[in-house]
Amino acid sequence: MKKQLQVEAIQHGTVIDHIPAGQGIKILKFFHLADDNKRITVGLNLPSGNRPNKDLIKIEDTTFSEEQANQLALFAPNATVNLINEFDVVKKFKVALPEQITRVFACPNSNCISHNEPVDSRFHVRSNDGDTKLKCHYCEKSYSTNLFSELD
Amino acid sequence: MTNPLYQKHIVSIADLSRAELELIVETAGKIKDQPRPELLKNKVVASCFFEASTRTRLSFETAVQRLGGSVIGFPDGGNTSLGQKGETLADSVKIISSYSDAFFMRHPQEGAARLASEFSSVPVINGGDGSNQHPTQTLLDLFSIYETQGSLEGLQVAFVGDLKYGRTVHSLTQALSLFGCEFHFIAPKALAMPDYLLEELREKGVKYTEHDGFDGVIDQVDILYMTRVQKERFDETEYQHIKSSFILSADLLEGVKSNLKVLHPLPRVDEITTDVDATPYAYYFEQARNGVFARQALLALVMTNEFGAA
Repeated sequence: MKKQLQVEAIQHGTVIDHIPAGQGIKILKFFHLADDNKRITVGLNLPSGNRPNKDLIKIEDTTFSEEQANQLALFAPNATVNLINEFDVVKKFKVALPEQITRVFACPNSNCISHNEPVDSRFHVRSNDGDTKLKCHYCEKSYSTNLFSELD
Repeated sequence: MTNPLYQKHIVSIADLSRAELELIVETAGKIKDQPRPELLKNKVVASCFFEASTRTRLSFETAVQRLGGSVIGFPDGGNTSLGQKGETLADSVKIISSYSDAFFMRHPQEGAARLASEFSSVPVINGGDGSNQHPTQTLLDLFSIYETQGSLEGLQVAFVGDLKYGRTVHSLTQALSLFGCEFHFIAPKALAMPDYLLEELREKGVKYTEHDGFDGVIDQVDILYMTRVQKERFDETEYQHIKSSFILSADLLEGVKSNLKVLHPLPRVDEITTDVDATPYAYYFEQARNGVFARQALLALVMTNEFGAA
């Protein structure tokens, strides 16, 4: 018996699976996925075997770079990214926290020099027992990921 | 023979290895024993204070002059084009580094020295960036400890006063934790060591205890590192109450270890009474003088190859 897909298959593009329920919309917003007029199917609160419910995103004609995939780890540490060609999965990878994140967030410290100089913001990523912290390369202050308004 | 600090930037204590810290304190000792008035002859060092700090600036500039170098620079940010015309720090640094052989800087914003090191063609020495780092203070503290104890290894060190906001305490614990020292934190609850730093110490397996007074600690330690409790952080009654429990006077020093030394980054207000000055334990004025030797050592190491790795 053919298994019924919960969300319609795509021909070319990227499928992000195993997103914790509730994070799917944030990911769409954070990566500006809806800005390009691409066809996107989103599944929210889907049953996932005996695991907690998950979100899922399918984006047509868009290939996620490894850098983007690793940034995903901030929202969805157990997500998988599937690259699709002609309805087949041609590449599948689990996300991994990057060592550094550049350009993505502004430093929450308003007195950090990175705000008024010609440099990219830059954070060193540290993870300890599932608690992820970003340490600013310049001001050396560490922040929990929930302090970044970009992640809300 | 090259030393590992030659042409390096000195931005943050966390960038320095145990061996590099040892090299700096040993070099400071050598220069204190045997002055090197010609070492930086014909070299120009820029002294860039984007924020005023008279004590630090005089110490740095003395260090350059004692090594025979010349100083260019400015004592506060008000008169520079950075302040007046809106030039970026990155541009200022490119220009200044093209005039000089090294430069040290103080800046009111955190991360300024790291940024400068990315745009400078010569070594940058951080003389304080906002509330972040002040590595040369830590190096002169380390030198004073090494000089009085003969080693940095396995010492009992007590920190007293404002441990919450005191960046000198934070950096010094970071550095001493590389040498297996044990810490005793003596502070009012409102000014206790921040949790994230205690967590870091636990992760590194560093032993520490916390206390609300000198009792039971002062006779155990090799170093008593005093800091100033800042009045503006409390209302008057609270301040008087807190202050009275963290004042060191000569009578408290009866029965302490004979090798005990009292350090303080200065300026002191009244947390060390003046009767302590005459005891053999007082070392804070010599510690301030050591700032010049520690800074000479850094300049010598980043600008010349005279002092190789031990």
